[in-house]
Amino acid sequence: MDAAQLAALFLYFLMLSFLAVGGAPSVLPEMHRYVVEVHGWMTSTQFAELYTLAQVAPGPNVMYIPLIGWHVAGWLGALATTFAMLVPSATLTLLVAHLHARHPKAALGFAIRRGLTPITIGLILASGWILMGPVNESWRSYVLTALTVILTLRTSVNPLWLLAGGAVAGMLALV
Amino acid sequence: MKPSVWQAPGVSPRELFVEFARLTLHSFGGALFWSRRMLVERRRWLTEQEFVELLALAQLLPGANGVNMAVIVGYRFAGYSGAAAAVAGFLGAPLLVIIAIAVVHQHYGGLPLVRDALAGMSSVAVGLLLATAVKVAAVLQRRWRPWTFVALTFVGVGVMRWPLLAVVGALAPWAVFAAWKGKS
Repeated sequence: MDAAQLAALFLYFLMLSFLAVGGAPSVLPEMHRYVVEVHGWMTSTQFAELYTLAQVAPGPNVMYIPLIGWHVAGWLGALATTFAMLVPSATLTLLVAHLHARHPKAALGFAIRRGLTPITIGLILASGWILMGPVNESWRSYVLTALTVILTLRTSVNPLWLLAGGAVAGMLALV
Repeated sequence: MKPSVWQAPGVSPRELFVEFARLTLHSFGGALFWSRRMLVERRRWLTEQEFVELLALAQLLPGANGVNMAVIVGYRFAGYSGAAAAVAGFLGAPLLVIIAIAVVHQHYGGLPLVRDALAGMSSVAVGLLLATAVKVAAVLQRRWRPWTFVALTFVGVGVMRWPLLAVVGALAPWAVFAAWKGKS
């Protein structure tokens, strides 16, 4: 990969940053089109593997973005895609945070935050619902998910133990 | 320029960096559960209400929700350097970890034992996400209107799988208008 291609990758992810409304997963199909279909930098299977790795590794789900950059162009690629996805949206967020700090009691700001709260809760539920299907391969995995919900709500057990338990259950073929 | 109206509880950029790096390294299967645990339960930097309102804002803005949240919280507590510290902690640590994992994966990713362990962890991670939804829902008033918006969003995005932009675009103006009128 030469400098011109690296610049193209950077500019393309810069543009995607503005389109990522509702979180970085919303631009996933477009990213797939660009790196797999248009440029052939990786196969569709490799793309899916990178995405899965980012899901199971510690860190936010958007970590698939540096991984794609890394796969295409090594460390420079990882930094290019990360900064391109990060800087435009973070700048906008900073501006909004600043306005919010200046006018915390603004009626419109209050209405936006209060009004969007139920929609946000609905979206978290929907994410859980959508993930439940592909992640849970048998009824026993659904039991594991349900058990996690109950233990998290009813006890103060450290969730890392639940994750460790899930890993052990998986290795013993219990799920 | 520091935030002038929000009171800063004396949280330093260094503390923001450490806490966000810490939470992100715990975040298997998404950072939302751990963000809430750190901000609301462990450090009590935000109330449940403040958390869910900031989350709504972070989701509305383009970009990764977790990063937006780090920007807002960091800026609120320690100005521009706080925002930079929170984001650096939130993304820097997992960046190193994930590339290390990618290198290892190239060699050992095919092992069945690894795949089975990951499958079990994924089922738990989904449970943590659902539990977070239940916990933050505690801030909603027991009236029919907010719960209607929860249900409509869930059915539109989760069950019908309609595009996010269409569902939120249709519901958000209505929800904000209702809150503006003080009925929600």
